[in-house]
Amino acid sequence: MLLTHPLGNLRHESQMRLHEYQAKDVFADAGIPTPPSALATTVDEVVEQAEEIGYPVAVKAQVHVGGRGKAGGIKLAEDATEAREAAEDILGMDLKGYTVDKVLVEGAVDFVNELYVGVTMDRGEGKPVAMVSTQGGVNIEEVAEENPDAIAREHIDPAFGMHPYQARKVVYDAGVPAEVARDVASILTTLYDLWEDTDASDAEINPLMITGDDEVIAADAVLNIDEDALFRHPDLAEMEDEAAGDDLEAKANEYGFDYVRLDGNVGIIGNGAGLVMTTLDLVDYYGGKPANFLDIGGGAKAERVANALDMVFSDENVDAVVFNIFGGITRGDEVAKGINEALEQFDEIPKEVVVRLAGTNAEEGREILNDELVTVEETLEGAVQRAVEYAEDAE
Amino acid sequence: MSILVDEDTRVVVQGITGGEGKFHTEQMIEYGTNIVAGTSPGKGGQEVAGVPVYDTVEEAVDEEDADASVVFVPPAFAADAIFEALDTDLDLVVAITEGIPTQDMAKVNKRLKEVDTRLQGPNCPGIITPGEAKLGILPGNIFSEGNVGLVSRSGTLTYQVVDSLTERGIGQTTAIGIGGDPIIGTSFIDALEEFEQDEETDVIAMCGEIGGEDEEEAAAYIAENMDTPVVGFIAGRTAPPGKRMGHAGAIVSGSGTGTAESKIDALNDAGVPVGDTPEEVADHVEDLL
Repeated sequence: MLLTHPLGNLRHESQMRLHEYQAKDVFADAGIPTPPSALATTVDEVVEQAEEIGYPVAVKAQVHVGGRGKAGGIKLAEDATEAREAAEDILGMDLKGYTVDKVLVEGAVDFVNELYVGVTMDRGEGKPVAMVSTQGGVNIEEVAEENPDAIAREHIDPAFGMHPYQARKVVYDAGVPAEVARDVASILTTLYDLWEDTDASDAEINPLMITGDDEVIAADAVLNIDEDALFRHPDLAEMEDEAAGDDLEAKANEYGFDYVRLDGNVGIIGNGAGLVMTTLDLVDYYGGKPANFLDIGGGAKAERVANALDMVFSDENVDAVVFNIFGGITRGDEVAKGINEALEQFDEIPKEVVVRLAGTNAEEGREILNDELVTVEETLEGAVQRAVEYAEDAE
Repeated sequence: MSILVDEDTRVVVQGITGGEGKFHTEQMIEYGTNIVAGTSPGKGGQEVAGVPVYDTVEEAVDEEDADASVVFVPPAFAADAIFEALDTDLDLVVAITEGIPTQDMAKVNKRLKEVDTRLQGPNCPGIITPGEAKLGILPGNIFSEGNVGLVSRSGTLTYQVVDSLTERGIGQTTAIGIGGDPIIGTSFIDALEEFEQDEETDVIAMCGEIGGEDEEEAAAYIAENMDTPVVGFIAGRTAPPGKRMGHAGAIVSGSGTGTAESKIDALNDAGVPVGDTPEEVADHVEDLL
């Protein structure tokens, strides 16, 4: 699954995101306290589960979007009528482009305080970092931006793992109330071990609720797994939700492309994230609007190239396509073969395709390319300008 | 002249019996690289492209006096291969492998601080000193000998800029792809430091991209420590602000860095002209030569 980096980083940095209910199972198995909960896919099931758990309950949409609560994806229910209403509202709703087809019914926690607890990789330091804040429950990213000191951080030596004193230190630094400090430190230690054991990129609890009886309960759970490490975790890989995202993203998943859909009309295919991003930038520079980011990666064979064209043609917003290949490990003749194969299937090519081949076997590629089907350009600038023109003409 | 590698560099290829390892060993030899050994556990005693294969890196270093290695080992075993290389006294290890788990690289990163070896990559195209040696998968034919140093997070973007330079008759001292993974061995600053000390390098082109803070840090380094002029490029200006979704990685450093704008501003403030297009990078380089 492809995750857009919060900074818009399009480079390969893929994670597999678990749903809250899946992450909670993993957390609970590791010994982190979670509220009683059950998954439901119909309104009747929601009411049934709510009765069993006991009111009040929270009904929570299980989709991969942030800010579910604000968007109406989480509702509290005090009784069966409210549970039914919440289920009817949430099941089937469109949440930022995702249709909700399952909800978590969960015992509501009566809390006096909310914490944030998280473990992630600090890429700048090249080390894991454990974080705790007493300003949990709200948008922690806003806290990080506006008041970074409100989040205590402790870097961890990846060879040793987190020592107990480090967990205590970050908990004390954050100002966690003394009554629960030990329990929170213990949860943080467990969270770190779990982060390491699952090859996670992020493991977070927000909020970690403190009750009036000084109990500490994970009311949410985030677990994102480094996709590159999934070979070590077949059990987690099975949890991948293929249905998530729109049809194009699902298709990209199937083909194994790094793909991001954008709102323009110039389709872009290239090899290598840096070069593809540069192609996007050039389309913008010459007055066009990129429709997507699609990196076919290194060493692509003809079939993969054909799949890439199929992807971009499937986006109805696309009016023209620019294919930008600078071969190193990728061979120009293989790319040309793939383009021909893909286009020869059509009686009429659906959109204009501009191809620019450079690097390894580029000349061989240009000789093979069927120039009745595509426009061949020698330079990157020329190719981008031509595609922008075609897109304008087609509008 | 060059940095890090030249015609005398004695190279061992880790994973030489694999498809990629074998193919690129042949390519590297054809380019003139002095490949002295290969490794592949259990295949010691064989030969690939006329190069002797050893079971371990230690053996290869002892027997053939190698001083650099290039890693073509698949992701699941790549960190182990890098650890193995770091336990010998090689000067340079170039890791080409893409898709090494990040937590593996954090452990490698820790070990790296305890040894004298320089690691380049992973997930990088390698390093080339035109006319002398290439370690990796870069297409040798687009490079030419000259006086411009190149350092880039992206392989194919490096090729694009080099192509623009070579087209104008501007050659290169050495080109280094440092790789785009979250955790890498050689940083922009490491490469800039080497180029600064190289008398033959008159101008440096540095290609960065959105994400991370390496370019901002490099800009500060340039302002304080460098006399050699640097030209910049940042890929990803049009990348959309991503979906924010409770992602701990985003809150580590607060915010404000990592965007194209922040990187370009930092470079400009350090006196580094930044091209809007790869051609403009070549224009700036030409002006400064």
